[in-house]
Amino acid sequence: METTPPPFFNRGPAPLVRLTFFAALAVFLMVLDARFRYAESLRQVLAFAAYPLQRVATAPAQLFGSAAEFFTSQVALERENAQLRARQLQAARDLMTRDSLAAENARLRSLLDARERLPRKSTFAEILYSGRDPFSRKVIIDKGAMAGIQPGLAVVDDIGVIGQVTRVHPLLAEVTLVTDKEQAIPVQVVRNGLRAVAFGSGDGSTLDLRFMAANADIQNGDTLVTSGIDGTYPAGLPVARVARIERDAAYAFAKITCVPTAGTGQHSQVLVLSPEARTPPPAESEPAAPRPAKGKRLKRREG
Amino acid sequence: MEIGRQERILLPVKGSFMVLTMTLALLFNLFPWRDVSGLPDMLALVLAFWCIHEPRKMGIGTAWILGLILDAGNGTLLGQHAFAYSVLAFASIALARRVLWFPLWQQAIHVLVLLFSCQLLMLAVRMFSGSAFPGYAYFAGSVIAAALWPAASFLLLMPQRQPELVDENRPI
Repeated sequence: METTPPPFFNRGPAPLVRLTFFAALAVFLMVLDARFRYAESLRQVLAFAAYPLQRVATAPAQLFGSAAEFFTSQVALERENAQLRARQLQAARDLMTRDSLAAENARLRSLLDARERLPRKSTFAEILYSGRDPFSRKVIIDKGAMAGIQPGLAVVDDIGVIGQVTRVHPLLAEVTLVTDKEQAIPVQVVRNGLRAVAFGSGDGSTLDLRFMAANADIQNGDTLVTSGIDGTYPAGLPVARVARIERDAAYAFAKITCVPTAGTGQHSQVLVLSPEARTPPPAESEPAAPRPAKGKRLKRREG
Repeated sequence: MEIGRQERILLPVKGSFMVLTMTLALLFNLFPWRDVSGLPDMLALVLAFWCIHEPRKMGIGTAWILGLILDAGNGTLLGQHAFAYSVLAFASIALARRVLWFPLWQQAIHVLVLLFSCQLLMLAVRMFSGSAFPGYAYFAGSVIAAALWPAASFLLLMPQRQPELVDENRPI
């Protein structure tokens, strides 16, 4: 009584069984990646395997770029040189006053008993290409963990904030732009110091200020800079300019659309800002003070 | 394995050629495109091609692994392409016997439906995980890829068309 088919017709499990198996595996991975972030080590291994392929794929574009650079005409170079000289002259004038201003600022801040702002180390990086994922706004830069890049660092260009490092590979890093839907950045209106949080709007080129009251003091053309209260972005970097405000009495919040200052799509040179050399004291110790249960410890510290 | 209106009997496919074409398609997908929406998904096209023409040599497992490499390389949600490509491979293998009976442009319509549903699956997965809608230009990719189907069939079947021995009396 043979019940199994002859071995020469045997082609393994049925396609539907295989599909179910692989689809279940893929769904499992997606849930791990999206909800629990456990899949990062697997992604690192796969990305390492895909790295040679990526290098091969980016080679033609880089070759074209370097060839185009080589054949830049002398006129263009001279013009650029003159422009840079003019800008350097202007920068030198600013720089001369900067030292005295910085000293004055430090003196004033110490008078006000404010924490000193420390200089940050910055790493120069170049944008290799923009991510090929149409659902998110990302760029890939040519410095990775081996150059000291860590997830969470702020990335700026010469006119403003571009985004934040979200994933680091040994030789590359992914930067999520401020226009990505899942990216939030704490900002402050320059004109009146009003604090808000700007989110990417998802259409790829603008930011939204969500949850601002309908009567909030924001005008068209207001400049938004980083507020620095998150500890990630240094304070005072330009982020966006308010482009459109819709105040509708039917809603509690105004709909405020902003245009990013930095060229999130154009530039190819960026700076990755490392965290401050001295980290601020952890926030947990501050609210602990007024609790009555800790009174003994407080007294001992005072005595 | 060719069924249908083929004017010539094809040589058996070489495994190395399949690997080569899939690597090239993977390279195309990993190429640093700058903000061009509506790019054709070449790897999906080549996968569908081999699943339709060689359903016994191409499997859902291969499609899954290629999708996972693409996910890691492009930094998308891990498993998104693997899921869509395994469904694509399954549907292509299921349709393989039917599609090849049609002329090329009608095959392209079948492929358009396959690629479109593949994109729709990825869109559903990403919208479910909280991403933004990328705009309707996203779907132009599958239309372009389906339009490339006749050219792809010509190119990918080329090595199988060459005769081993040219004989005047036996034209096959």
